[in-house]
Amino acid sequence: MQNNRRLLGHLYMALFLIYLLVPLAVMSGAAFNASKLPTVIPWKGWTDQWFIALYNDNRIWTAFGNTLLVAIAVVVIAVPVGTAGAILVNSISGRVRAILYGMMVAPILVPGVVIGISTLLFWHQFSVGSGLHLSVLGQVSYIASFVTLLVLARLQSFDQGLEEAALDLGASHGQVMRRILLPHLYPALGAGAAVSFFQSIENFNVTLFTRGGADTLTVYVFSKVRSGITPTINALALLLIMVTLVLAVWYEVNRRRNARIEAIREAEGRRAEDAELVAT
Amino acid sequence: MSAGIDLDDVCCDFGKFRAVDHVNVNIQPGEFFSFLGPSGCGKTTILRMISGFTEPTEGAVRIGGKDMRGQRPNQRPTALIFQNLALFPLMPIWENIAFGLEVRGVDKAKRRARAEELLALVDLHDSADKMVSQLSGGQKQRVAIARALAVEPSVMLLDEPLSALDLKLRQHMRAELRAIQKRTGVTFVYITHDQGEALAMSDRVGVMSQGRLQQVANPRDIYNNPVNGFVASFVGENNILKGDVQNVADGMASFATAIGTFRARLPGAAGKLYVRPEHMVLQAMPGAENSVPVTLTEVAFEGNFISVHAVTENGTNLVAELRNDGSASIPAAGSQMHMAFDARNSSILPDSATAGG
Amino acid sequence: MNDLLRRYGTGLTWTFIGLTFFWLVILVILPDFKLLESSFRPYLPVVDVGGPKDVYSLNNYGQIFGNEVDFSFFGLHFMLAARVKVFVLTIFYSGVVTLITFILAYPLSFYLAKVVSPKSLPTLFLLLFVPLWVSEVLRSFAWYIILTLKGPLNAALMALGIISKEIRWIDGYSPVVVTLVYTYVLFMLFPLYNAMQSLDSNQIEAADDLGAPWWRIHWRVILPHAKPGIASGAVMVFMLSAGSLLVPAIINSTTGNWFTQTIQGIMLEGQDWNAGAAFAFMLLLFCTITVSLAMRVFRVKLSDIAK
Repeated sequence: MQNNRRLLGHLYMALFLIYLLVPLAVMSGAAFNASKLPTVIPWKGWTDQWFIALYNDNRIWTAFGNTLLVAIAVVVIAVPVGTAGAILVNSISGRVRAILYGMMVAPILVPGVVIGISTLLFWHQFSVGSGLHLSVLGQVSYIASFVTLLVLARLQSFDQGLEEAALDLGASHGQVMRRILLPHLYPALGAGAAVSFFQSIENFNVTLFTRGGADTLTVYVFSKVRSGITPTINALALLLIMVTLVLAVWYEVNRRRNARIEAIREAEGRRAEDAELVAT
Repeated sequence: MSAGIDLDDVCCDFGKFRAVDHVNVNIQPGEFFSFLGPSGCGKTTILRMISGFTEPTEGAVRIGGKDMRGQRPNQRPTALIFQNLALFPLMPIWENIAFGLEVRGVDKAKRRARAEELLALVDLHDSADKMVSQLSGGQKQRVAIARALAVEPSVMLLDEPLSALDLKLRQHMRAELRAIQKRTGVTFVYITHDQGEALAMSDRVGVMSQGRLQQVANPRDIYNNPVNGFVASFVGENNILKGDVQNVADGMASFATAIGTFRARLPGAAGKLYVRPEHMVLQAMPGAENSVPVTLTEVAFEGNFISVHAVTENGTNLVAELRNDGSASIPAAGSQMHMAFDARNSSILPDSATAGG
Repeated sequence: MNDLLRRYGTGLTWTFIGLTFFWLVILVILPDFKLLESSFRPYLPVVDVGGPKDVYSLNNYGQIFGNEVDFSFFGLHFMLAARVKVFVLTIFYSGVVTLITFILAYPLSFYLAKVVSPKSLPTLFLLLFVPLWVSEVLRSFAWYIILTLKGPLNAALMALGIISKEIRWIDGYSPVVVTLVYTYVLFMLFPLYNAMQSLDSNQIEAADDLGAPWWRIHWRVILPHAKPGIASGAVMVFMLSAGSLLVPAIINSTTGNWFTQTIQGIMLEGQDWNAGAAFAFMLLLFCTITVSLAMRVFRVKLSDIAK
């Protein structure tokens, strides 16, 4: 009975994965279809014309460039801001902490349209016009929350004694930050940067209202979707999926390698302990 | 070069709770000084006040004669060995040791050389490039010491560093720490709740209870001449008898108890009678003075000594400790014998200090 | 405050405070105040701003009324303002999406938390994460391709003989629901998984040992323990669905309108920012109230809703 259920579990997992991945496969498949509309049915033959068209389509590349610019700007701002928030919250306790924490997490739940419109209205009263810069500011307001959550989680495993030890040895506060705290936070900062980057790329709600006339990828696709869209979009989608897969594989390989190294080190430490017990 | 530490009437309060109460002590340069006491007696607070992580509420902490008020931990000439060692897990061993030099701007080659020197000093060769997780407990201990020594502190502060190690390793490390202290000549301030450790390693010991210093003396005096009941009880075992003091003469007194009247030393105020088990003599015939007839209840062979529990006629329990030198026969439980002690090996002591012993 | 200064020194402490202030006050709180404030003011040409016509009123909110249409809800017919109807249906279908994602994610999170060996977990999670990294716009678009009249779904169904004529999937609210479920199911999965993971397997075995059937074990042991995970997952999915603009915009036909599309219409096509602000605030208010109620009912704190 247990085994049957296990099998059922495996089956469900497999089906779920298929459910998640099939639309992506369809999307990619349409990139090769020699049909003017993005579709896999009817299949009109293999072609790479859409990749060529993609290569030549300036508007997509401008939009893509804008998207990257915004994403990089968001990472550059959100990571320090979110980290500062996490460190601040972590060092306080009591009611103030709870309130501050709530304020930092809430932006994730706010509907994007609200963020977009509020950002637009706020900066316009200072005569700051719409544009990609406003998109950056609007996106940072909630993306920094993700960074805060990641960094805060990582801070839980930090031994404050290490900061004290460093101070005791004569380090300045800046040196303690640079050599002790930040290295511990690097995994969270990396994850925060990655999350910020991808969240920014796929953001639509905030960007739509704040961008002024500039195009980003999401806005461009959106504007073309119902009108005259060609499978160049699918070609782009396939490229992005490939990049994502490569990154994912690279990340996994790295993670496994590091885990192996750490396990070896710890085994050595245990052997040293045992040797010590015998020797004395 | 090492420095002395002066605690001038130091108090430390946390809200309403007084953790350290008017502590006065002068630690000499180059001395190995231990603060000994149970958990919560204030010894950790004293260490944190010397190192700068806590400021005294009253009184002054002076290192090398200079008042340390307002000096942050990274400005003081002290180095602290934390109880959990606090070694930096993301740096190799040599960088851990050289960290104090790194923050002072020493260049890499010199740092590395100095780290290797110190590794040799603490007897840890070939470990420079290892990571902390690859070391055993004792090895990590030595790295912590090397790291502290690297900044050439005037004072080394050690927070129960051996408590996490198991018995045999602890005894080994005791000797090592003492040797390192003698070799470097740095003032060591050591806190522990283990009296064996404190007595074995220190030049002088300060016994603390509830924020107050009970007695400051060298280990032999602490053990042989405790000034009050707390010190006597905390350091070593005792037979304790209640009674009244009569006839005081020349530092000796008659002490009348429920099981007889004894002659004992009276170094200070009156209190209870304290006799250590190893000063109890077991004999078949009654002794000349300070002798009590007993029935043996339990005889336990504990390796290098034999502990004998006995009870008097009126039900008072006494303990004697006999050295196992292989010669004397071991008495049997149930036999009737006499327990006696030399008056010079006993003391009448008050309970604990109301103001510093 | 003193602890902060002691731990990090003056320079760093003020840097942290400054950055956090910039974020929370300038990027979040003040704009939201401006939103609220603008929602009460009429839409005026620049010259009239600050003048006599610029008065506070509830007019913008009133714009949700008017233009009554027929509204049938589970057999009940009544007349409702068009925009109110859209609002109500948006909330309703967001709830549907939340329910469906829960049903889909629950077995899987249990499987991941209790059945799978811990060694395979990171790899499996990676596989699950990959679709998340592909942009939302592209995933919605993928469903558009699948669901079109002449698309692969209909073709497959017809080939299998399940239907004889193509079904117009892109009609009404079904496509939005389907796509929203697909887009946000992982946001339900991960909190659920986290909550389940902390459940001691021994409890399940104990219940099993005492003779409880599998559905009772779930109902009495696992579900209650997973409550915080359910609550946080549900809140996330609900808020994301109700606030989603991209998915309905790409996949909807004119017969299914999402409230966010209404807001978009007012803001970008009508250029009436003040009315747009009012509607946006209504959405925010409603979602916040719903979430607070849910949190109170399930006794969950904001701190549990973290990834």
